[in-house]
Amino acid sequence: MITISSRFHADSLLTWLLRLTGAAAVLVLGGIIAVLLIQSAPFMLEHGSALWRNDWQPGQARYGMAAMIAGSIVVSVLALVIAGPVAVLLAAWLRYFAPSVRRPVLTLVELMAGIPSVVYGLWGMLVLVPWINRLAPPGASWLAASLVLALMILPLALLVTDTALGQLPARYLQAGQALSLSRVGMLRRVLLPQAGPAIVSGLVLQFGRALGETMAVLMVAGNVVRWPTSLFDPVRTLTANIAVEMAYATGDHRVALFASGLLLLLVTAVLLALSWRLRGERHEMA
Amino acid sequence: MIKLPVLVMALLALAGCGTREDSLVITGSSTIAPLMTELAERYEETTGVQVDVQSGGSGRGISDTRQGLADFGMVSRALKAEEGDLTAHLIGRDGIAMIVNALNPVTRLNDAQIVAIYTGEQQSWSAFGGNDAAINVVHKADGRSTQELFLEHFGLSNDRVKPDMVIGENQQGIKAVAGDVNAIGYVSIGTAIYEADAGAPLRLLPLSGVPATLEQVDQGHYPLSRELNLVSQGELSDAASEFLAFITDPGQAGIYHDYYFLPVSR
Repeated sequence: MITISSRFHADSLLTWLLRLTGAAAVLVLGGIIAVLLIQSAPFMLEHGSALWRNDWQPGQARYGMAAMIAGSIVVSVLALVIAGPVAVLLAAWLRYFAPSVRRPVLTLVELMAGIPSVVYGLWGMLVLVPWINRLAPPGASWLAASLVLALMILPLALLVTDTALGQLPARYLQAGQALSLSRVGMLRRVLLPQAGPAIVSGLVLQFGRALGETMAVLMVAGNVVRWPTSLFDPVRTLTANIAVEMAYATGDHRVALFASGLLLLLVTAVLLALSWRLRGERHEMA
Repeated sequence: MIKLPVLVMALLALAGCGTREDSLVITGSSTIAPLMTELAERYEETTGVQVDVQSGGSGRGISDTRQGLADFGMVSRALKAEEGDLTAHLIGRDGIAMIVNALNPVTRLNDAQIVAIYTGEQQSWSAFGGNDAAINVVHKADGRSTQELFLEHFGLSNDRVKPDMVIGENQQGIKAVAGDVNAIGYVSIGTAIYEADAGAPLRLLPLSGVPATLEQVDQGHYPLSRELNLVSQGELSDAASEFLAFITDPGQAGIYHDYYFLPVSR
């Protein structure tokens, strides 16, 4: 019987509760990894070497995923290339050049971050794709997927950058003003470099999110399995592949989809490690 | 084979709710299985008779029925001549409509032309009297029965098809073609007709001169369609014929439509 009259007991109870929840989080993650590994192990042993070919015909037992791995990466990279600079410049402008509109704009951006991804996908499908189609058919393409993803990751990228800039010591700004540095010069030479690692680590996390996004991409990317050679060509990402085929896949085909899930998990883990490292460096400098 | 019914009876007796001794086993086509599972659930709710539905392909449906492992086999095609020992009960049909945008001037394509479009031999609508614009070929993802039926009808293998867009659900195909004057696609005929009637800018192309209408499918004239059959061997048991009457009742038509199938008209 546990009594909470003693302070010691209450503390140890809390400690154990926290340990339990911590262990639960680890167990769930461990469970996911274990299921993916166990499900895909026999397939990996048999088809592992063919996984890197560019030939996805599950109906004929050909499981090359190279084009889809490339698709996942290029779509996310372009999304980051579009959203990253916009997020950084907008955050800096709001904080140092237009502080009066910063609060309302950030509130709006927070709202944007709350829109479900499928809504972005629907907008992409009904507005963006027909619009690109008029420029260069077929419309559903690498570009469409990257633009939709860029819109989706922009809000959080912007908020992370804003926080990173906000955490800089006020003395940097004061010292800069005392030296009568121009605001642009100060931003370029002092503030952005100092906040750089935190900003980049936030962007890396957003890249991971882009890589994992499924529905919105599925709706606008065209989903043809082929090497992405032009911005206007359709591409299929690993996540879209799982979503579009899982419901009807059986046998080896189904296991191949588990294997692609494992691949995605590995890439995300690498990105996460990269993000941690970048943040660690910043703490050493500060 | 009396093992399974005995087991089921024993379980029912153990559970203390064995008011009826009947149970049915239905195996076969994975195309029909989702529909049959839902129909079976409804039947269980109304009558308390347990119906076990397992998928595994039309071939399994035939062999299980022959061996007496199943009361009914689900077979998503007409029976072949060498399967004359079995009786087919037509429960519905599954069909595919070729669709283009309503603004596309092309109103008919023959099978060879459709094959040429899907294999990438013809890439412009001008070859068929249409606009001088690239054809946007919309294809279905692997594993869907719609894709399987499409490939089978046109004698294509999936790696010969050169699509510009691959879709999962029927609705996505409808949206793609409705939003692009130069697109061509195929979806379940029930969905296509429903959407076109609801005002989506679609045109259903006739196949081999047969218009894509529910009547033509129902009468078996429309070429790109297949029968959905339950097959049985010998006399139907009372439980089996009751079940058959239940699932072909016009009142269940809604469930067929949910799966984009057309119930057989009685």
